[in-house]
Amino acid sequence: MLAKRIIPCLDVRDGRTVKGINFIGLRDAGDPVELGAAYAACGADELVFLDITATVEGRSTFSALVEKIARRIDIPFTVGGGIRTDADVDVLLSSGADKISVNSAAVRDPALLERLARRYGSQCVVCAVDARRSSRFRLPDGEDGWEVYLDGGRTPAGMDALSWVREAAARGAGEILLTSMDKDGTKDGFDIELTRKVASSCSVPVIASGGAGNMEHFFEVFDKGCADAALAASIFHFHEVEMNQLKIFLREHGIVVRIPQGK
Amino acid sequence: MVGIVKYGAGNITSVRCALDRLGVTSVVSDDMEKLSSCSHVIFPGVGEASTAMEYLKKAGLDESLKKITRPFLGICLGMQLMCRWSEENSTDCMGIFNSEVGLIHGDINNKVPHMGWNSITPTADDPLFASIPSGEMFYFVHSYRVPVETGTIATCPYAGVTFSAALRIGNHAGVQFHPEKSGPAGAQVLKNFLAQGGEAICI
Repeated sequence: MLAKRIIPCLDVRDGRTVKGINFIGLRDAGDPVELGAAYAACGADELVFLDITATVEGRSTFSALVEKIARRIDIPFTVGGGIRTDADVDVLLSSGADKISVNSAAVRDPALLERLARRYGSQCVVCAVDARRSSRFRLPDGEDGWEVYLDGGRTPAGMDALSWVREAAARGAGEILLTSMDKDGTKDGFDIELTRKVASSCSVPVIASGGAGNMEHFFEVFDKGCADAALAASIFHFHEVEMNQLKIFLREHGIVVRIPQGK
Repeated sequence: MVGIVKYGAGNITSVRCALDRLGVTSVVSDDMEKLSSCSHVIFPGVGEASTAMEYLKKAGLDESLKKITRPFLGICLGMQLMCRWSEENSTDCMGIFNSEVGLIHGDINNKVPHMGWNSITPTADDPLFASIPSGEMFYFVHSYRVPVETGTIATCPYAGVTFSAALRIGNHAGVQFHPEKSGPAGAQVLKNFLAQGGEAICI
């Protein structure tokens, strides 16, 4: 059976791991290579490294960091944050990233997904979607839907999240990294309804993100939310949830997970 | 020295890094003379079948890679290109394995690409899977798969069917999963591969 994946996310600024609370306010959580290696060793299934540097100098630091990560880490990793052009993708993939994640750039230029999929294959194209509950979009049952946000959650895109996710998959995204802006940073659980709606209407795997606070939340997002993978950051960085205990908990609750031998 | 076949497909860096971690030196090349002089040859690949085959044909590698007598390991797309034909853009491949690569028919509970860690069952006593227990998980990412056939040495279940997780004919082997990205279990498969065909070159 295909295992449900647990994915720690490392936000990287100027070569260091930080964690934003509701996209603002940063705390240092250490060296990304060391932190990534530690997660891989204790059973993380994949890693995501997000570059939250805004400067050109920061960007080149990040691609150098990607090379270090590729040399050290023996599980797949995705890199994202600020990817605008095909050339950005070229640099990161040739530095050794397994997948790249595009967000705002794909919304502004949806053909980017097609070009990347044709050139590198869908398997390495992750479309990140930041979604927030909005009365501008209605579900068939009359409930509020979700709107796509750009630029790290600052700009409403005027697009329905459910239709955008379907379009992104049709254009060649091989995976959706779905962040609930309503839940992000709250630690009161993933957005189960959003995740379930997206996962059950989308042909490619969905990574749920935003809101993880305890082990039960992961169980819920797999069991009720139908997520293929779940991502979290601070609760892992600050040891509020331990990877191996989480995997054992999920297995005991009937979720198929990978528990490396000796763990 | 391990030769890594260069043909415009992805994940060469990750294979190189995995060999580095095992303390093994490697060379990336599309030159047959150089590849033939290597103790082992790895044929990696992620990407699209027809583009990759085109590159191989241009470089004359589609015929010459078959003739390599050293231990040879195709990974993911590399393994699929070693088959006779692929449904991906209806591509004639190298024909080392007499199989047809077909699209995985997924559904809402079995997404395509088949992406993530899945368990494999070795079906033959192949040295590639020495010290690998049945049910061990490896990292897969692919939308096409090779059916179970005579050359199958390990299987994997997904989307209601069981497909070939690994194939072998003589010195030519292939794995659908990515050993270079499969943690300690993947490293063990690479070590097993490197231990074939003479002295172990791996520390």
